[in-house]
Amino acid sequence: MTAEAADPAEAVGTVAPAADPGILQRHGGAIEYVLIPGAALAGALAVFGIFVAMFGKNPLDLYFYMYYGAFGTWFSWQNTLTRAAPLILTALCTALPAQLGMVIIGGEGALLIGALSATSAALALQGLPPLIVQIAMVIGGVIGGGLWIMLAGALRQYRGVNETISSLLLVYIALAVLNHLVEGAMRDPASLNKPSTREIGAANMIGSIPGTDVHWGLVFGLIAAVAAYILIYHTVFGFAARVAGGNIRAARIVGLGVSKLILTICFLAGGAAGLAGMVEVAAVQGRANANLAAGYGFTGILVAFLARQNPLAIIPVAILLGGISASGGLLQRRLGLPDASVLVLQGIIFVFVLGSDALYGRIGFLKGKS
Amino acid sequence: MADGSIGLWTVPLAVLGGAIRVSTPFLFVSLGECITERSGRINLGLEGTLVMGAMSAYGISYLTGSPWLGVLAAGITGALLGALHAGICSLPRVNDIAVGIALMLFGTGLAFYLGKPLIEPTAPRLPAIDFGWWSDIPQLRAVLRINVMFLIGVALAPILYWAFRTTRWGLLIRTAGESSDAARAMGYSVLLIRLRATMVGGFLAGIGGSFLSLFYPGSWNEGLSSGQGITAVALVIFARWDPLLCLWASLAFGGAAALGPALQSVGVTSGYHLFNAAPYILTLAIMIITCSPKRTLTGAPAELSITR
Amino acid sequence: MEFGRISRRHLLQGGAALTLGAATGARPSFAAETTIGFIYVGSRDDYGYNQAHAQGAAALKKIPGLKVVEEEKVPETDAVEKTIESMINLDGATLLFPTSFGYYNPHTVKMANKFPKLRFEHCGGLWSDKDPKNAGSYFGYIDEAQYISGIIAGYSSKSGKLGFVAAKPIPQVLRNINAFALGARLANPKATTQVIFTGDWSMPVKEAEATNSLIDQGVDVLTCHVDGPKTMVENAARRGAMVCGYHVNQSPLAPKAYLTGAEWNWEALYPKFVKMIAAGESIPNFYRGGLKEEIVKTSPYGEAVSAEARKHADEVKAKFLSGDGYAIFKGGLVDNKGKTVIAAGTDRGQKDPELEKMDYLVEGVIGATS
Repeated sequence: MTAEAADPAEAVGTVAPAADPGILQRHGGAIEYVLIPGAALAGALAVFGIFVAMFGKNPLDLYFYMYYGAFGTWFSWQNTLTRAAPLILTALCTALPAQLGMVIIGGEGALLIGALSATSAALALQGLPPLIVQIAMVIGGVIGGGLWIMLAGALRQYRGVNETISSLLLVYIALAVLNHLVEGAMRDPASLNKPSTREIGAANMIGSIPGTDVHWGLVFGLIAAVAAYILIYHTVFGFAARVAGGNIRAARIVGLGVSKLILTICFLAGGAAGLAGMVEVAAVQGRANANLAAGYGFTGILVAFLARQNPLAIIPVAILLGGISASGGLLQRRLGLPDASVLVLQGIIFVFVLGSDALYGRIGFLKGKS
Repeated sequence: MADGSIGLWTVPLAVLGGAIRVSTPFLFVSLGECITERSGRINLGLEGTLVMGAMSAYGISYLTGSPWLGVLAAGITGALLGALHAGICSLPRVNDIAVGIALMLFGTGLAFYLGKPLIEPTAPRLPAIDFGWWSDIPQLRAVLRINVMFLIGVALAPILYWAFRTTRWGLLIRTAGESSDAARAMGYSVLLIRLRATMVGGFLAGIGGSFLSLFYPGSWNEGLSSGQGITAVALVIFARWDPLLCLWASLAFGGAAALGPALQSVGVTSGYHLFNAAPYILTLAIMIITCSPKRTLTGAPAELSITR
Repeated sequence: MEFGRISRRHLLQGGAALTLGAATGARPSFAAETTIGFIYVGSRDDYGYNQAHAQGAAALKKIPGLKVVEEEKVPETDAVEKTIESMINLDGATLLFPTSFGYYNPHTVKMANKFPKLRFEHCGGLWSDKDPKNAGSYFGYIDEAQYISGIIAGYSSKSGKLGFVAAKPIPQVLRNINAFALGARLANPKATTQVIFTGDWSMPVKEAEATNSLIDQGVDVLTCHVDGPKTMVENAARRGAMVCGYHVNQSPLAPKAYLTGAEWNWEALYPKFVKMIAAGESIPNFYRGGLKEEIVKTSPYGEAVSAEARKHADEVKAKFLSGDGYAIFKGGLVDNKGKTVIAAGTDRGQKDPELEKMDYLVEGVIGATS
């Protein structure tokens, strides 16, 4: 088993282009978007292999177990997809504002607030038909998370507060609010050693996609990513956002309402992360508690940057990172690697993919004669 | 007070103690980041540098028996991570914020990976100097048992303030941060200036980490930094890239971190989660009050990606 | 009541669930290799909660025919479900030990329903008749050891002020605080125990600040209930205070300041579980025990402990070990707001399920549960 075959994204990356040189040049841009990240991924895996080899582990075993744990069996695939589901949604929280040139790293906070508001909606509507409760939870999660990131956007637009820092500070504040409420006002007295809210009820859980163990959050994520792609690349609104992202002053000159753009995009971004929070409650935990802060919001930042902020590219990248975390357990058990090896690998991949940004438009054989 | 209790005085004393004990990592990271950002680059990866510094300092102190060698090792580790950051950022079209996030992951992961065997052993710690010998209140004496690194940090702030204004190096860093074209026109390599500034920033952040593992709380474990590194980066922005304001802001953060436990110890028991979040709420509030949409931040280096 | 309320039928079902082979000779050995999975919420070597479990797992590794697989830092989300499934599907685990409280409901319960032929032993949960019969929850009455620590602390404190650094106000923690405070009052009826909650299980800076604040208040003996007591022990010893440990023996960290400590004894329990299974017995679904059942133990007394303190503590320990048992929470118990929480005349023995729902701090404790 080699590094190349260890990962489907990489396998795509090494597909040899056809011999006709014309095709290479005509589709150079598109090929680059597959080839360069693929090469970066291969490089990162090679470096990680050397790293574990320094600790006396066989890199080939490493690649095999990574492949096996992430994509080797039907169970592994379900494991990977389950972990990818929240990442697609939280990645949108960073990718959407990036169209405007904003760097939002507070998806975790929006996820927590979204989960809290979705839970509140479900608890307030106990006894109504499950479908209504579930729709209310979706609306609650989106509005809660949306307003949370919209706050960061509004602070940037009206007070000039840097959105990267404010969205991060809002994560810590959201966590404190969550802990304060689940240990206080919203605590179910019967939740003894794990302070939690009351349960939303088994009937209101959204369950799994039939025939699988993967919950419906994956479908929510896929729909949201496709919708975000259409919004950004195929609507006037998205066009305006990209213009503003390129140059705020130009956008003002052509009369685009920059405030409206910022607030709307931030609301949608936070809404996506809030939806991830709703899914965690309605598909996994069944109630709100401190377990919701599992770091999906932070991994989402990584996914968004690796996907170069493209909503569609988020899907394969989220699956890739879901696979890495799915295989992490196997690496611990079979190779005796510490849990932190997943973090190290993520960091290396991130560094390589970012470094590879410099390569776009510079690969000789794709450029043709100009 | 016959029983040795000082009652409500605990709170101001704990805040003072916190300002001294907890602020040092904030201080070193924020001063380091101040240098980096003044040169026109932002390094969000200092959280990873801080954790990596804490781990390597503890490891070297344990292996060699000398905590000061540990501090040095932490600084060197930090400088290497800084060089990595600067190296990647010097490639065309690479976003420095993203590289910072990548190095935050990488540094934290590497520190956890290499630090597993260091959780159990006890390494020699940095000594404290007793500045409270004149007092017979044991609580005050405890507060005034100060590590020399805190004093170095406090001294560093005015030195940096002065250096930015008057020395050639200070001017060069500021020029690179204000206008890379101007620096280039003067015949200097902007990339090289930023590389050095980021390495010095990393060096200081690594040292800040060594304070965590070698002085207070004083041991290595994976929960050691609860976001101090990233908070310190935020702190630089609200300190307006001014080393003296970084000092005050770090002291305020340290004091705020001590507030939650201290209030509980005198009987204010409700809402401790919110008290624990006080430093973050405080930062956000100060940023909201002091920022303005009309102009770029005063003191902001014009080349900095987050202020453009 | 012997280890909870379970019927003979349940026992048989539990026993049939595992076919591990019969015991041969004095040492258990297994016909085919049996794989046991351990899942930890934190780092395996944290000098605390997780290390105690890992020591138990290490004791199993010594038994021939047993294979132990371990995974650390598994969050209390669907990640633990996937880890369990992965251990079953990819490693062939037939007995699982998810060792963190938050793993139980919904995650372990869900997995036990999905794999009815396998056995799940969860640490800390409250198994009830509604839960799957192949799941069990075990825990130790570590408050007995905390009570002994309290007695020693009460004798050792000069100021009569004791301190307790705690993570969250949940029943398991409150029970430890109360037992410690009641033990201290046996030694010194005027002793007070001041508690500070840090808000989470691993917050070293907060734990150090809490330790300092308590000592500033005149406290001279401290103990704690957080995941890794190392920070509290080291910082208290540096300030010249004495400490009682928790989870594992921390005396190497502060040999002079260490009085005694409340420790888990999983390395005795886990081999016992395995022997029970190998012998065809089944483990009661609701399994509890204290000093007598060798699920918890106390650290050896430190040199600073007076002869008087040792004598009193040993007397009480002998009562715990005797057939009659000993009630820490006796009738006429008043909480620190003046309310009677256990009516006079109704002693609550250690196995009383009411104690697992504790939501008060007893008289003599300074602090509040919310």
